[in-house]
Amino acid sequence: MSGYLAYLAKRLGQFVLVVFIGVNIAYVVTHATPIDPVEQSISAVTSFGNTAPEAIEQMRQSLKELYGVGGSWREQYFTFWSRILRADFGPSMSAFPTPVSALIGRALPWTVGLLVVSTLVTWALGNLLGGLAGYYQRSRSFKLMGVVAMGLHPIPYYIVALMLLIVFGFLWPVLPITGGSAMNLPQGWTLAFIGSVLKHSILPALSLILIGVGSWFLGMRSLVSNIVTEDYVQFAELGGVNRRRILGSYVMRNALGPQVTGLAMSLGGIFNGAIITEKVFGYPGVGTLLVDAVYAGDYGLVLGVTTISILGVSAGVLAIDLLYPLFDPRVQVA
Amino acid sequence: MLAILRDLLKYNLEFRIGIILVGIVVGLAILSGFSPYPPGDVYVVPPDVPPSSAYWFGTTSRGQDVFWQVCVAIRNTLLFGITVAAISRVLSLVIGLLSGYKGGWIDRALMGVNDTFIVIPLFPILVLFYFVMRDSMTWLMLAMIMATLGWAYDARLIRAVAMSLKTREFSQTAVFSGMTTREILTREHLPYVMPIVFSTTMNNMNWSIGLEVTLSVLGFTDINTPTIGGMIYWANQHTAIVAGVWWWIAFPIAVVIMAFVGLFLLAVSMNEYIDPRSRLSRMGGGAR
Repeated sequence: MSGYLAYLAKRLGQFVLVVFIGVNIAYVVTHATPIDPVEQSISAVTSFGNTAPEAIEQMRQSLKELYGVGGSWREQYFTFWSRILRADFGPSMSAFPTPVSALIGRALPWTVGLLVVSTLVTWALGNLLGGLAGYYQRSRSFKLMGVVAMGLHPIPYYIVALMLLIVFGFLWPVLPITGGSAMNLPQGWTLAFIGSVLKHSILPALSLILIGVGSWFLGMRSLVSNIVTEDYVQFAELGGVNRRRILGSYVMRNALGPQVTGLAMSLGGIFNGAIITEKVFGYPGVGTLLVDAVYAGDYGLVLGVTTISILGVSAGVLAIDLLYPLFDPRVQVA
Repeated sequence: MLAILRDLLKYNLEFRIGIILVGIVVGLAILSGFSPYPPGDVYVVPPDVPPSSAYWFGTTSRGQDVFWQVCVAIRNTLLFGITVAAISRVLSLVIGLLSGYKGGWIDRALMGVNDTFIVIPLFPILVLFYFVMRDSMTWLMLAMIMATLGWAYDARLIRAVAMSLKTREFSQTAVFSGMTTREILTREHLPYVMPIVFSTTMNNMNWSIGLEVTLSVLGFTDINTPTIGGMIYWANQHTAIVAGVWWWIAFPIAVVIMAFVGLFLLAVSMNEYIDPRSRLSRMGGGAR
């Protein structure tokens, strides 16, 4: 048990370090610039139309605190941190006076839902197919699958999303290509609404899955094709153990460990992909929020989304790390 | 070196396809030097002409020849990838070799930072950079930023090799003959990790080009320097697909996909070449 505690402490330490470095990068980025960010943001917002003077004053105040202009650098630094720890990014400027945290809170379930489902499907599908392909190396269909995976895997999310958009939006319009649900439905736990959400999520999820599945497939295939040459597998085969059992509990089970670690390591990249996919399909999640915030010059919102994504991704990695001993019990001993 | 190339061409299908794809892409990039129009100029040819014998890839709604635009764009995009890869290679080599060789608290500290950079979602951070810099965000600036963010994964690979090199006899000999750490790392260990450096270069280029395309498409880079992402950005601005000007989007996408797949296949085949077990099985020897 003490081994697991030490492991836990180490992982928690890494989590804190990731958040610390991430927030510091955000701090340095926003403070090392020669441009006066406060006035630039204000002018970007006010150029869109008339805003009430007291609203501008409130913005300026919250911007000054967020950017930490005024006071010594130590004061600036601590104000910045205290704002972030309270998740208080002030009112959004593009959706004044809604607080940034409320906007993010509204968008987050969409992103988390899309991301969790598509990541799990991708990971399970890729590993299952990859494991089979590594075990049945002579099968023609698995070889073909390998070629497809190699062709799809290196293409960035944006390109695949755009191609799906073109195919299903213009050439063969059967699926909704924008939004998170049908506009005319009230949000709630009704059957019609859930159905609409599912239908709208097909294309974004599909583009995430298409890109992601390749790397798990290729990774698992090469892991498994190394494991099948191990002595204990040969021994099991000679001993007449059921082939399905060899594949399931002897071969794939041992290859899962690195793949779980791989999932934790690639979570940041998957999140990047989800952001851009959301934007392409107009999905009402954090990614769309971020990109629109940049267009609108909404500093508080951009900083809020950046911080929340750093927190969210590192929390996801922490969760995977804590579950890791389930896949590889040896961690407790080490 | 030539013998390696010959072996790869002879026994490795992935390498052959990869080298052809990358060859075509590089060829287009070189052609950009012969472009009859300056890349920034608009309305030099009639707009919205479909692909024909006069304009192979058609022309854009801004009156540019898509073929020459693609050439210039892929050149800039490739240069961007190479710049990022070169700078981040130096970082990952220094950190990986040092961390693996020194071990102890240096290793722990460096790898703590390293794991952080692997995990952190870079896209929001890059967007934040653009948000703050706006128009002062140049091409080179973006390359520098991406390089300082993109070294971590490869540093870990290099560290793993350096750790095993450290226990080899020649490392001990070098220590006893009085070589400094710097000399051991550059003269003794560097040659062993070079193959990894080459194969990760391709993957790193794919990574940085992918991010650059994504950022440009959203208009979050210097959109006046023609790149593949910038072309798609302008095509989207003119709603090229809805207007039926499909060639404006299809050709840059086709070329950049060729670059991605080609680079990836080169990386894969080089990885296989490094691993003697898979090399043997490919040449018809080995167990399976």
